[in-house]
Amino acid sequence: MSSLTSALPPAEGLGPRIARWGLYLILLLFAAYYLLPLLLMVATSFKSPEEIRTGSLLSLPRDLSLDAWSYAWNRACIGADCRGMAPYFLNSVIIVVPAVVISTLMGALNGYALTKWRFRGANIVFAMILFGSFLPSQVILLPMAQTLGVLGLAGTAGGLILVHAVYGLAFTTLFFRNYYVSIPDDLVKAATIDGAGFFQIFTKIMLPLSLPILVVTIIWQFTQIWNDFLFGASFAAGGAQPVTVALNNLVNTTTGVKQYNVDMAAAMIAGLPTLVVYMLAGKYFIRGLTAGSVKG
Amino acid sequence: MASLDDRPIPGSGPLLPPGPIPGRNPGEDRTMTLENPPYRPAAGEAPDRDAAPPATTGLRALAQRHLSKLVVAPSFAAILLFVYGFILWTAYISFTNSRMLPSYELVGTDAFTKLWRIERWYVAIENLLIFGGLFIGISLVVGIVLAVLLDQRIRGEGVLRTIYLYPMALSFIVTGTAWKWILNPTIGIQEFVRGLGFPTFTFDWIVQQDTAVYTLVIAAVWQSSGFVMALFLAALRGVDQEIIKAAYLDGASLPRIYWGIVLPSVRPVFMSAFVILAHLAVKSYDLVVALTGGGPGYASDLPATFMYEMTFRRNQIAIGSASALMMLATVVAIIVPYLYSELKGGKRV
Repeated sequence: MSSLTSALPPAEGLGPRIARWGLYLILLLFAAYYLLPLLLMVATSFKSPEEIRTGSLLSLPRDLSLDAWSYAWNRACIGADCRGMAPYFLNSVIIVVPAVVISTLMGALNGYALTKWRFRGANIVFAMILFGSFLPSQVILLPMAQTLGVLGLAGTAGGLILVHAVYGLAFTTLFFRNYYVSIPDDLVKAATIDGAGFFQIFTKIMLPLSLPILVVTIIWQFTQIWNDFLFGASFAAGGAQPVTVALNNLVNTTTGVKQYNVDMAAAMIAGLPTLVVYMLAGKYFIRGLTAGSVKG
Repeated sequence: MASLDDRPIPGSGPLLPPGPIPGRNPGEDRTMTLENPPYRPAAGEAPDRDAAPPATTGLRALAQRHLSKLVVAPSFAAILLFVYGFILWTAYISFTNSRMLPSYELVGTDAFTKLWRIERWYVAIENLLIFGGLFIGISLVVGIVLAVLLDQRIRGEGVLRTIYLYPMALSFIVTGTAWKWILNPTIGIQEFVRGLGFPTFTFDWIVQQDTAVYTLVIAAVWQSSGFVMALFLAALRGVDQEIIKAAYLDGASLPRIYWGIVLPSVRPVFMSAFVILAHLAVKSYDLVVALTGGGPGYASDLPATFMYEMTFRRNQIAIGSASALMMLATVVAIIVPYLYSELKGGKRV
């Protein structure tokens, strides 16, 4: 995506210059609008309760106090459990890693099979898998709760891994399928003539070519699963809850004095992993977002 | 964000069982995949083979041929059970009188009749219309404006794009914590403006019954408009620059060029953006929980929170299931015409 694609000549003269400045001003105002909630969150998390009470909403913290962060991390009470966000953060990691690995691997294999070894009905199979990406989760909540109960996975991290792996398949299959469609079939053909088999071609030819889409898929799945709230709130009990559910419980605790700095620090803790990934690899995140919605 | 690239035509062939089918050569399905492979076979190769490896004989070849189906089978079986099976399960429950626990005794359409007599359901539906309409409309306008402005050879475009889009990377439970605070009249914007010397300034939408739903719009637009921007910017970059240049040399003004030439040429993106935003609106749940909790009272309930409340808190499982089916029906009503129009035109979005 080049940043210099406009065919129009550069602005010259006084009028266009002013228009140019106006343009930048508008864009910067929008940037401020998007950044403000995040900046407020960060600033407030570093303030003392005293400073929040007396100071202004927009003021910067006078001295950077990490008290709220450390309190939110390992002392804040989530329900009756006063171990802070740390154990729930760990829960999210335990849930996210296997769910991302499983759904990405399955998606890659599906995409490979559905494009390079097409069988009769492959398109119908793909269409049926794809529908899952539009599914309103409410329609599967109750059966899933019952099924997890029967499987003995109710309220556990294992149950959430299963749920996320299954409902991630629609997106991962979609990503890989659309990527592999653009890889020449001749590559596969040549390899089969040389005697390579299904899995050999996958591991030796397709996977090495898949790095960009692997990154897109992993980032997408990581973000989706880390940010999930509905499944976590529905299927995880007490100690197995993911970080988003813990954050919501912490923020909505009605007992005691409201500690806004702790709330904000806890929100930052829950949001930092996806935010950092976005900062480091935003390009790939955007590709996931727009994958397929826009051609190319 | 489902892709519609290379979309297969639903219903154009019999649904196959996921297992291997003896005697089928994967190369034989050419008629099924007309729209698919962008690559033509090289000269000299069998013209009726697209993706299929050359047919060889023997046991090994047989295994190789069916491996493809075997590999897809587990995923497909999981989807059949966890998506389609569960939809049927929920549908079945909605025709029972299940309350605290699912019962499997059919009683007809009682739950639906009851659902449409609950005032709270009407509040949720009305809120969805208000929220959905404003959320989609404003997100589209903001997103398109940002995309067009960013398309003007902006210095630092990459940084601005990153800033506009970062909310999409965060959970609504996270950003909702900030928004709840900003919108809280006693500590947020209202208090801030009053402190500036406007003691009568009032901005307390979040605690008022008839305005709470608009705070959902504020936060949701903030979260998703960057996504619309990204969609349109990508599309704008695909517009033929020569046409724009020609129009410019003919003396057309910049707004006219965009309004008359550029935006109409990216029309399919409007459709994609609309469908994605609309189905996000129907599914909105985290947003409500984080921001208003459906309150005050149930004034800012949406169908998703209504369903959760009925199913898991009020022991009205049948009614909850009925409402979930209504949500599914709405999503299907949005995406099916979209898929249909996409397929009819045969164009790729």
